[in-house]
Amino acid sequence: MTSTVGDNGQTDGYNFAYLNEQTKRMIRRAILKAIAIPGYQVPFASREMPMPYGWGTGGVQVTAAILTPEDTLKVIDQGADDTTNAVSIRKFFTKTANVPTTTHTGDASVIQTRHRIPEQELREDQVLVYQVPIPEPLRFLEPRETETRKMHALSEYGLMHVKLYEDIARHGHIATTYAYPVSVSDRYVMDPSPTPKFDNPKMDSMPALQLFGAGREKRIYAVPPYTKVKSLDFEDHPFEVQRWSEPCALCGARDTFLDEVILDDEGGRMFCCSDTDACEARQQAGSPDDLLDQAS
Amino acid sequence: MTAPILSCREVTHYYGSQMACRNVSLDLYPGEVLGIVGESGSGKTTLLKILAGQIEPTDGTVSFAKKGGALTGLHEMSEAEIRLLARTDWAFVHQHPRDGLRMNVSAGANIGERLMAIGDRHYGNIRASAIHWLEQVEIDAERVDDLPRTFSGGMQQRLQIARNLVTSPRLVFMDEPTGGLDVSVQARLLDLIRGLVRTLGLSVLVVTHDLAVARLLSSRLIVMQGGNVVESGLTDQVLEDPQAPYSQLLVSSILQV
Repeated sequence: MTSTVGDNGQTDGYNFAYLNEQTKRMIRRAILKAIAIPGYQVPFASREMPMPYGWGTGGVQVTAAILTPEDTLKVIDQGADDTTNAVSIRKFFTKTANVPTTTHTGDASVIQTRHRIPEQELREDQVLVYQVPIPEPLRFLEPRETETRKMHALSEYGLMHVKLYEDIARHGHIATTYAYPVSVSDRYVMDPSPTPKFDNPKMDSMPALQLFGAGREKRIYAVPPYTKVKSLDFEDHPFEVQRWSEPCALCGARDTFLDEVILDDEGGRMFCCSDTDACEARQQAGSPDDLLDQAS
Repeated sequence: MTAPILSCREVTHYYGSQMACRNVSLDLYPGEVLGIVGESGSGKTTLLKILAGQIEPTDGTVSFAKKGGALTGLHEMSEAEIRLLARTDWAFVHQHPRDGLRMNVSAGANIGERLMAIGDRHYGNIRASAIHWLEQVEIDAERVDDLPRTFSGGMQQRLQIARNLVTSPRLVFMDEPTGGLDVSVQARLLDLIRGLVRTLGLSVLVVTHDLAVARLLSSRLIVMQGGNVVESGLTDQVLEDPQAPYSQLLVSSILQV
């Protein structure tokens, strides 16, 4: 089926944003419930989407349900705007919803993300949509769904610390670096999707609404704006984020999440920002050498 | 006389139309070890699960006295309360250690789990009590980071006991704690359990088909057959002078070396 943009700015051949209105209504009901109970996983009737599970079917459904023609969409994949997943989802919504897209964090009203939170601080008028593969933080130690639901209902979260204990016993420190469990609003323990724990502090009291969609597992959960999000830890092993010994090789930033890039087969490598938009903005503001000089 | 810590009255349970136990009443007093013996299928384990709040009986009541409190019916407690009791005041030692342990985390994490479940958030303290309890059950403290599957059967069973006792429970349920162990390991384990029961002043309900285990551990005995209690009394009395025909059969069936 082909899609063309009609005179009214709407797409032919597809309902706005691919999903039919009844489905969107169902998803919005789940989203409203999720916002009402921060961190609680709301089951929803996840639809099949024209992409494989694991590619963001949950996030896409949430985005489709909240998107309006006035929105500007940004999609990132591991922080980058130009990787396959980000490009294809952006194209998907250009085609089916005809909404403008952007790579600039500040210009976007809806940001769908796979495993990063943008470095630039988000605002109240923005929504961050996460793609979630496994929404259940307790799954690692408790395979029974009936049991994990009961544990959530009764706030029995000791098991989460068993995982962290095991980390320290094996590695001497909490070695969990992504999907680091958080307690939302002092009630539900939540898996913040496989974002690096570097991003966990950004979730706390974030002005933007955060929505999480897991398509295969059929769950939606949310963190409303300005909600307390605390990373779990031990008193004598407090929560810490990753640190790098060198700054970004492209923009000189020392306060961002860095990716390691292998340059050759002789051990050459560099570190650069995973958030391409923030990195480009810094590069335009000044050459890396200037920035490196300032940083050092 | 002190008040019982656990009490049940006319407990009857049916699995569908199948009767598992009928009209069982018993009292367990603080510091006492009560043995429940009987053949396979006599309803011992069902009774134990009912008393431990894992199964709701078809009829009858089970009451437990919380610390400093009066007897309260389990049916009056919420599920959250019963689950809290199950990981603080109670302990349940399964016949197979694999049912009672988390096999994919280290021995230390297994012991620490109950501490973390009741809100302990200090790694150093949790680890220290894990090591302390490993020593209590005669496991080398160096094995604290090893997975339970690298332990022998007897060690796994001792680890399970350590994991259960770490929160200082007042009431311990044991379901065939020495089943599946060879006799020398069994003897050591019984010795250990007996020592712990004495020093910690635990109240214990032990289910077993092995009269020797019952004789070593328990002060009072209940004999079950086909879901009914056929005889009860002091252990020595029941074993030396059995009154019910089934008890006589049971006692005379003990293999002599």
